[in-house]
Amino acid sequence: MFQFLQNLGKATRSSFAKLGRASFFLSHTLTGISDVVPRPNLLIKQVYSVGVLSFLIITISGLFVGMVLGLQGFNILSDFGAEESLGVMVAASLVRELGPVVSALLFAGRAGSALTAEIGLMKATEQLSGMEMMAVDPIKRIISPRFLAGFLSMPLLAALFSAIGIMGGHLVGVGMLGVDDGAFWAQMQASIDFQEDIINGVLKSVVFGFVVSWIALFEGYDAIPTSEGVSRATTRTVVNSAFSVLALDFILTALMFGDI
Amino acid sequence: MANSASPEDNIVSISNLSFSRGPRKIFDAVSLEIQRGKVTAIMGPSGTGKTTLLKLIGGQLAPDRGQIHVDGQNVHRLKPRELYELRKRMGMLFQSGALLTDMSVYDNVAFPMREHTHLPESMIRTLVLMKLHAVGLRGARHLMPNELSGGMARRVALARAIALDPLMIMYDEPFTGQDPISKGALVHLIKSLNTTLGLTSIIVSHDVQETAAIADYIYVLSGGKIIGQGTPQELQQSDSEWVQQFMHGDADGPVHFHYSAPDYLDDLLASK
Repeated sequence: MFQFLQNLGKATRSSFAKLGRASFFLSHTLTGISDVVPRPNLLIKQVYSVGVLSFLIITISGLFVGMVLGLQGFNILSDFGAEESLGVMVAASLVRELGPVVSALLFAGRAGSALTAEIGLMKATEQLSGMEMMAVDPIKRIISPRFLAGFLSMPLLAALFSAIGIMGGHLVGVGMLGVDDGAFWAQMQASIDFQEDIINGVLKSVVFGFVVSWIALFEGYDAIPTSEGVSRATTRTVVNSAFSVLALDFILTALMFGDI
Repeated sequence: MANSASPEDNIVSISNLSFSRGPRKIFDAVSLEIQRGKVTAIMGPSGTGKTTLLKLIGGQLAPDRGQIHVDGQNVHRLKPRELYELRKRMGMLFQSGALLTDMSVYDNVAFPMREHTHLPESMIRTLVLMKLHAVGLRGARHLMPNELSGGMARRVALARAIALDPLMIMYDEPFTGQDPISKGALVHLIKSLNTTLGLTSIIVSHDVQETAAIADYIYVLSGGKIIGQGTPQELQQSDSEWVQQFMHGDADGPVHFHYSAPDYLDDLLASK
């Protein structure tokens, strides 16, 4: 019993210490962003590796998610004779929830884990330490551009995911199941609200982009510089990002749409 | 450096330095001086904290007690900005080379110049080629770090360390894991760079022969203390048994071959 309490205390203390390090790291990263602005080349390179290279997985996943939504939605809606509302259903679920959430999860798996492994290996091979000794701040030079790239890419990737998903839903609903084309788009246009749906969805993906980039970069920077340490850090990035994204999604949804 | 404002002849002076990692004491009230323009070696067996000492000098770690002055400045009293200014005057050669793996040899050497100066690309090109020529790798400028042999990587790192014409260079185990030819090349380079560029060199190493060949002065560290110092000749003739064992590489002596363990026979016969 005593041992248990002792371990619990130790774990609590170490997780608070980690939270402290992570906050310090974040503030250092954010102040470093001002140094990225005059050097857009650093950012462009990272937007390519973080954002552009995630295009394929986001596009393909978006297409399939949209197609599944089209199928399932049609089955349920046709029971009530409301197939024409398929467009609204597909668009609302994508723009409000699935777009930001699923693309954030994919982003954590594709780009987040890559960032953690990259930074962790740079630490393990003394590249970060070497930079410090060359009087170059590794957080400003390495972390800040990557953070900014992740933060900027995420909303764009989520928007792409939603757009492709809607096309997937259209493909199945209109193309294969015979929903009326005009009704599909018209109902969507009439019911999807710019402020309520689209802006809130974008806000969600902005928050997710911030959190996932932060977690991924911090885990890499904080990794124990061995092969095992880097592999654990990469796992933690995916697990912690997924957990944070889903928990935050609930909180944000409650604030935005709920009457709690 | 003869006309330096400071009459101080030592570029680095460490006084009363103590440092522990967890419960393990790595340095216990160590004091040492490193003279300007000389090659000073810090030797000792693996795990005596030689690399830690370099990190303390470079301000990457903070001591528990004691002071380190580099070029007249107390390293651990400096503000981050001042520390970075000081680091521009220190070069460090890491054991692994620590080259940036996503850049070519050329860009690695150009990196400190691009970060710290506003020189035009044409001048950077001239400087990079000069630095690479000095280490004999001008022809390898288009290679990526993963295409280099260990010895070449270390020479590129050396070219990068001298990119900003520092006052001093710290070498972390420069000879470890090198073939005889690379070792010879590095020995020659360290010595010749020290003379031609008017540098001060600090070598941390446990390769007695190579280090003794170029060092002007050697400190021998063990168990967190300096247990011997002097010119290579003086150390060869030292009457300390420990220094003798280290300099000659004897397997047994004051430092036992066996890690401390219970009696062998008891251990074998003991049941779990």
